[in-house]
Amino acid sequence: MTDSLPPGTSILGADEIIINMGPQHPSTHGVLRVKLKLDGERIVDSECIIGYLHRGVEKIAEHRSYQQFAPYVDRMDYVAAVSNGLGYCEAVEKLLGAEAPIRARVVRTILTELQRIASHLLWLGTHALDIGALTPLFYCFREREEILKIFEKYCGARLTTHAFRIGGLQYETYDGFEAEVKRFCTDFEHRMNEYEELLTENRIWVGRTKGVGILNSADAIALGVTGPVLRASGVQWDIRKAMPYAAYDLYKFEIPTRTTGDTFDRYIVRIEEMRQSRLICLQAIQNIPAGPIMARIGKVLKPPPGEVYHSIEAPKGELGYYIVSDGTTQPYRVRVRPPSFINLQAFDKMARGSLVADVVAIIGTIDIVLGEVDR
Amino acid sequence: MNARILEEIQPFILPVIYAVVIVAVLPLLAGYIVLLERKVMAHMQARMGPMRVGPHGLLQPIADAVKLLLKEDIIPDKADKLLFWLAPLGSVTMALLAYAALPLGPTFQIADLDVGLLFILAVSSLGIYGIVLGGWASNSHYSLLGALRSAAQLVSYETAAGLALVSGLLLGGSLSMKALVEAQDQIGVWFIFLVPISFFIYMVASIAETNRAPFDLPEAESELVAGYMTEYSGFRWSLYFLAEYANMIVVSGIATTLFLGGWLRPLASFHQHLFGLPFEALDTLPALIFLGLAAWCAKLAMRQAVPIQKMVMFLFVGLFVVLAAAMAWSLTSPLMAGIHGGFWFIVKVLVYLYGFLWFRFTFPRYRFDQLMKLGWQFLIPLALVNLLMVAIGLLLHQQFGWWLLWSVILANGLTLLFAAWLGSDSTKPSSTEAEAAAAAVGGGK
Repeated sequence: MTDSLPPGTSILGADEIIINMGPQHPSTHGVLRVKLKLDGERIVDSECIIGYLHRGVEKIAEHRSYQQFAPYVDRMDYVAAVSNGLGYCEAVEKLLGAEAPIRARVVRTILTELQRIASHLLWLGTHALDIGALTPLFYCFREREEILKIFEKYCGARLTTHAFRIGGLQYETYDGFEAEVKRFCTDFEHRMNEYEELLTENRIWVGRTKGVGILNSADAIALGVTGPVLRASGVQWDIRKAMPYAAYDLYKFEIPTRTTGDTFDRYIVRIEEMRQSRLICLQAIQNIPAGPIMARIGKVLKPPPGEVYHSIEAPKGELGYYIVSDGTTQPYRVRVRPPSFINLQAFDKMARGSLVADVVAIIGTIDIVLGEVDR
Repeated sequence: MNARILEEIQPFILPVIYAVVIVAVLPLLAGYIVLLERKVMAHMQARMGPMRVGPHGLLQPIADAVKLLLKEDIIPDKADKLLFWLAPLGSVTMALLAYAALPLGPTFQIADLDVGLLFILAVSSLGIYGIVLGGWASNSHYSLLGALRSAAQLVSYETAAGLALVSGLLLGGSLSMKALVEAQDQIGVWFIFLVPISFFIYMVASIAETNRAPFDLPEAESELVAGYMTEYSGFRWSLYFLAEYANMIVVSGIATTLFLGGWLRPLASFHQHLFGLPFEALDTLPALIFLGLAAWCAKLAMRQAVPIQKMVMFLFVGLFVVLAAAMAWSLTSPLMAGIHGGFWFIVKVLVYLYGFLWFRFTFPRYRFDQLMKLGWQFLIPLALVNLLMVAIGLLLHQQFGWWLLWSVILANGLTLLFAAWLGSDSTKPSSTEAEAAAAAVGGGK
């Protein structure tokens, strides 16, 4: 069988063919183009070609004031806009030397964890769809809808929310916010079990994901991979624990890790993360401290000259903002460290030697959003 | 003179009418199976499905057909024009040809061939030429890969399907589709109860043969866009589509004929005449089913807000009432066996097709090597052993006078044991393979 042949040997002596997957391909999750060199159906070489969605977000930042740029970050990882906003707001706060009040930090934590669940749900649905399971997508979207409804009630937007402001929050939580989050979290527990029933022990699912796209821990660290992809390779690294931000130091949660680093492990890690996020939300809504929601930072932001790097654990990995201030109202430079872009580097490592059908599983398992990769 | 010509052509009149009916009705039927599929899918996925074209989407198939016919017909520049044009025709012709030997009822059969089953198998595997040629003629990588996958898949699974069918043949003792059903009538048991494992093997293999999920690799949209159909559009595309659904009905028809008692009514040996009626009590079921459908449609019709939608819905109520009346009328007429046979045949085909849909929306897709492994390392050995066991069971029953039940239990029990051993064995290599792959990836860095 071709399976046992070492990569690089052609059994038939046939020519290698080059296939372009994307940028308009149903399962590249946007406009990623992957150039695959194939021997039969086995991948000899691969190259990701990006940039189709480049909008120059970082350059735009240099011509906007700090507050004006905040909505732009929502457009990078547009399925996890709340997390992007949190990273940016906290980075600017760090630059200003200010800190959001505790009430704002707790609400930020709740919304960010809900966003993590929503982002993982979208990932689960599309990943399963890529592997051919049609039905989980609709179940995932059903639950994601509930989260988006909470966002909409809170700040009026569902997707690109701009939920947070530099220094805290603009809006108070609405009446019944806690009750709605609680209801979602209660329902979500058995909904999670439903997904697992459909997939976790399904022989076909296990066959399609176990041993596919293996990334060992040394490679993962060398490539700078972060987030669930890194944790599935056995490295216990989560910025929420390592360098707590927002209000994460107040709550108890675990960092799910696995050892093999294959597609199945990444699936399990993300499923477990959703459970943990649910627990964090439940703890946080128990007791949202009273008090102001905005720090006193003034209307015109003029951070002192200097630079700052601040990173958070976004659903897809470490999301970092490096901001240089020259003392004016506009940042001198904003550099984003997007998790999708850096995790995508692991693609070739995972894909080489596997089959064409695995490519979609591997693209799905890295969980990229092209808006963030290309910025 | 005229009388002689009439005499000469007379045996051909009925088959020609049947053939015309099949060719005319099948596309419509395929359209409605698609609607059914979309509705079943929607309900499994907690949504509504088509609701706009006609009440509850009942006119959707017609709208789809019109759309497909009016679409621009594109032939790629670098395609092989002749083959590109010919391939879908080949596919659909072969799919339709298979209906020639399929008995929809004791009388409704175009030709009762002595080798009916062989004919159907042969013709339906010729359909692969349409796919392979279409994929090759498109001159596109995705199409070519899809076509190759399709060919490899069909060849592998046809073996298993064929072996599974042979055990049915052993029981029926004939290759004629009609004789197979009559044999089941005589024994009084459908063959599925005698050889359930053969039925299982055939079911899996038939899903793979028709390229349906979870074996829909040739047209896996997440990998190969649309496989061999990628470059096709409009009418040509719909021919492929029709061929796929026609093939689904063919394999369901084979399974129905061979394992599910063909046109026989469920509990066919229960000849009770209740209340002194001139017909069997269970024969009223078709009429009652249609009446139930009519009542259901009437209920849905009352809820329609738009008058024209309400009208269309009531048209369907009328249709079902007419069908119920026809079923009731035929109870006492000489045509009864034919009409009711057709009804039960279609019901069984639909039940089998529902299984197809259910699998499609539940399972992820196999990878190509896993598909091949399942076919060659599990289904084919299992089918071989099953065949042997069925033969032994039959021998014990016929030559040594064993009771039928004991020989059935013995044969199937032994086959199940073998299946368990095979299943446990086939999981082991896959895990070592994964380890080997892990080692290769780790060592190759």
